[in-house]
Amino acid sequence: EYMEDVKKNEINKDEWKGIAVYADHVDGTIHPVTFELIGKAKEMSAVTGQEVYVLFMGKDIREKSEELLHYGADKVFVYDKEELARFKIEPYTAVFEAFIKKVKPSSILVGATTVGRQLAPRVAARMKTGLTADCTILEMNENTDLSQIRPAFGGNIMAHIKTPNHRPQIATVRYKIMNAPVRSESKSGEIVVCDIKKEKLSCYVDVIDILPKEKETFIENSDVLVVAGRGVKKEEDLRLLRELAELLGGQVACTRPMVESGWLDAKYQVGLSGRTVRPKLIITCGVSGAIQFVAGMDHSDTIFAINNDPKAPIFKSAHYCLIGDLYEILPKLIARIKEKEGVEAWDIRK
Amino acid sequence: MKILVCIKQVPDSNKVEVDPVTGVLKRNGAASKMNPYDLYAIETALWMKEKAGGSVDVISMGPPQAMQVIKEAFSMGADRGTLLSDRRFGGADVLATSYTLAQGIKAMGEYDLILCGKQTTDGDTAQVGPEISEWLDLPSVSNVVRIRKLEEDGITVDMDLPDEVEVAKVKFPCLLAVEKDIFQPRLPSYVKKSETKDREIQVLTLDDMKDKDEMNYGLNGSPTQVQKIFPPETNDKKEVWDESGEVLAKKLFNKIEELKFV
Ligand SMILES: Cc1cc2nc3c(=O)[nH]c(=O)nc-3n(C[C@H](O)[C@H](O)[C@H](O)COP(=O)(O)OP(=O)(O)OC[C@H]3O[C@@H](n4cnc5c(N)ncnc54)[C@H](O)[C@@H]3O)c2cc1C
Ligand SMILES: Cc1cc2nc3c(=O)[nH]c(=O)nc-3n(C[C@H](O)[C@H](O)[C@H](O)COP(=O)(O)OP(=O)(O)OC[C@H]3O[C@@H](n4cnc5c(N)ncnc54)[C@H](O)[C@@H]3O)c2cc1C
Repeated sequence: EYMEDVKKNEINKDEWKGIAVYADHVDGTIHPVTFELIGKAKEMSAVTGQEVYVLFMGKDIREKSEELLHYGADKVFVYDKEELARFKIEPYTAVFEAFIKKVKPSSILVGATTVGRQLAPRVAARMKTGLTADCTILEMNENTDLSQIRPAFGGNIMAHIKTPNHRPQIATVRYKIMNAPVRSESKSGEIVVCDIKKEKLSCYVDVIDILPKEKETFIENSDVLVVAGRGVKKEEDLRLLRELAELLGGQVACTRPMVESGWLDAKYQVGLSGRTVRPKLIITCGVSGAIQFVAGMDHSDTIFAINNDPKAPIFKSAHYCLIGDLYEILPKLIARIKEKEGVEAWDIRK
Repeated sequence: MKILVCIKQVPDSNKVEVDPVTGVLKRNGAASKMNPYDLYAIETALWMKEKAGGSVDVISMGPPQAMQVIKEAFSMGADRGTLLSDRRFGGADVLATSYTLAQGIKAMGEYDLILCGKQTTDGDTAQVGPEISEWLDLPSVSNVVRIRKLEEDGITVDMDLPDEVEVAKVKFPCLLAVEKDIFQPRLPSYVKKSETKDREIQVLTLDDMKDKDEMNYGLNGSPTQVQKIFPPETNDKKEVWDESGEVLAKKLFNKIEELKFV
């Protein structure tokens, strides 16, 4: 079997040091996944005693880069150029390459945002190195190898992946997978302003227009979600869930069948083919807990599941399993909350 | 216009299990299908061919049975198909997969446009498209939700971003990774299926590639190594409450209050 005598190219791991984080942003507004990744990088750098770097590229961002120093980065490398105003795959890759060649980081973490998911693979191929997608657990080993754990097959299995013979080792991580670090009042570390030759920044993509999407609150950004599953029998019954969500300062989300039946828009769908959420509190109502659903929410801090079937798979993921009828529980719960908040008990006939 | 669509064969169900003793994936039977996201890429290509003329080819890397998805593409309307199949391609990660596909594409000829799906339902990385574009030195755009304009020298598309839509013109040749629902994929046609049932599928092996160095393909050419696969953890710190609706509502309220949500 040819696979058994794999020859491996030897690399000198000592030449590659530190963990770099790509600062994801639009027009200088830094995406919070960046802070989560700096936090994770700090934690991992304790194992090897190496530094944490941030790569920040864009236009007119010099001042904004200061913000990154509140999260504990040792060095923030800033490429501030006219050509980098908007994400464009070719110039952004060129800058990333220049940064890697200059700094030689051992590991690189990139947020799995729309931009990160295009940029990281392009960079990985340019550096001829490995890239592990959507990691949920990252651990640093003393020899600087990064242990990367990620779900595949729609969350049905987990894979533990390493990149033992290549540097840099690159991983993408979705928003809200790692913990958000606390912003420190004081700054630490330094800003390193870098330059790159103009001719490296040419490109074949022209941004013609930027159209705003309707401003909306995304379920990803909600601390509290009340999730409707097929146990909700009629469209009008969703108002029960809406009312509860409102009282808790959250939003209603749903499973895929709710979207398919046209009761809720696809942007409220949690799961593999929907959104990944990590709220502080999630209450699922009449959700069976199919793996494709659970894959999108099982990192939530506290999971309550209401289901009248004691064998429902959602109870494998829930922290609090309420075996019961959502039509009995929700009105009573809503009444109690209103009572506490001094609102008149909600009348279900209204 | 010459269009190439990258398609992958994936297991029919992603309800896979891990053998607890050997730690090996139990792929339930051999049932497989076309990666559902690739149907949208094929439809996009067929739509463009109807608008601008030209041809739609498909390429897949995989074992010989992956011919099946190429045949399915024929019955949707694709013109030619190529399968990259060689034992030495086995065990490839994204880097090696995209490199092999790029080498195969070079061996097939020149294309104005290469289309990929958003992601697969097995490996699920969404990385292959952007990596192919790097190997071929092409501009690329992912998350394409709409085609606005097809011109001689390029294509204008909408890229979906979380808070906005970016309209961008990309010069040919280029690579696009399209979103689900960009177009509704047509069903395979029975007529086309019988018309194309004897159509030849070109099979390329490592010996047909320009780069014949085995170290760049398959497991040898893969920087990432899967150390272990295992089923996702289930949560064992849990409370089960099996009581009347009244009591459940009360306990739920108390807990939410304790957690400071009310
Ligand atoms: C490739 C793929 C991707 C998918 N992606 C997603 C995805 O992103 N998101 C998603 O949600 N699904 C997804 N699905 C579908 C998924 O497999 C399930 O079919 C779906 O999640 C089930 O939704 P449900 O729990 O609302 O409905 P059901 O499975 O029908 O469950 C309804 C539950 O409600 C309970 N119930 C009924 N009445 C009551 C009551 N009065 N009180 C309390 N409980 C009650 C029942 O016991 C049951 O458990 C995907 C499927 C595939 C194949
Ligand atoms: C559990 C598990 C986890 C894995 N994790 C990683 C990882 O983190 N990093 C990594 O490098 N590899 C990983 N792999 C290997 C990876 O899945 C394979 O390399 C695979 O060949 C390509 O990746 P994908 O399935 O994710 O494709 P995606 O990048 O999701 O596919 C995007 C598009 O590329 C095209 N495409 C993809 N594959 C082919 C093909 N064979 N033929 C033609 N077109 C194709 C299709 O248009 C598809 O829609 C993993 C594999 C497993 C089993």
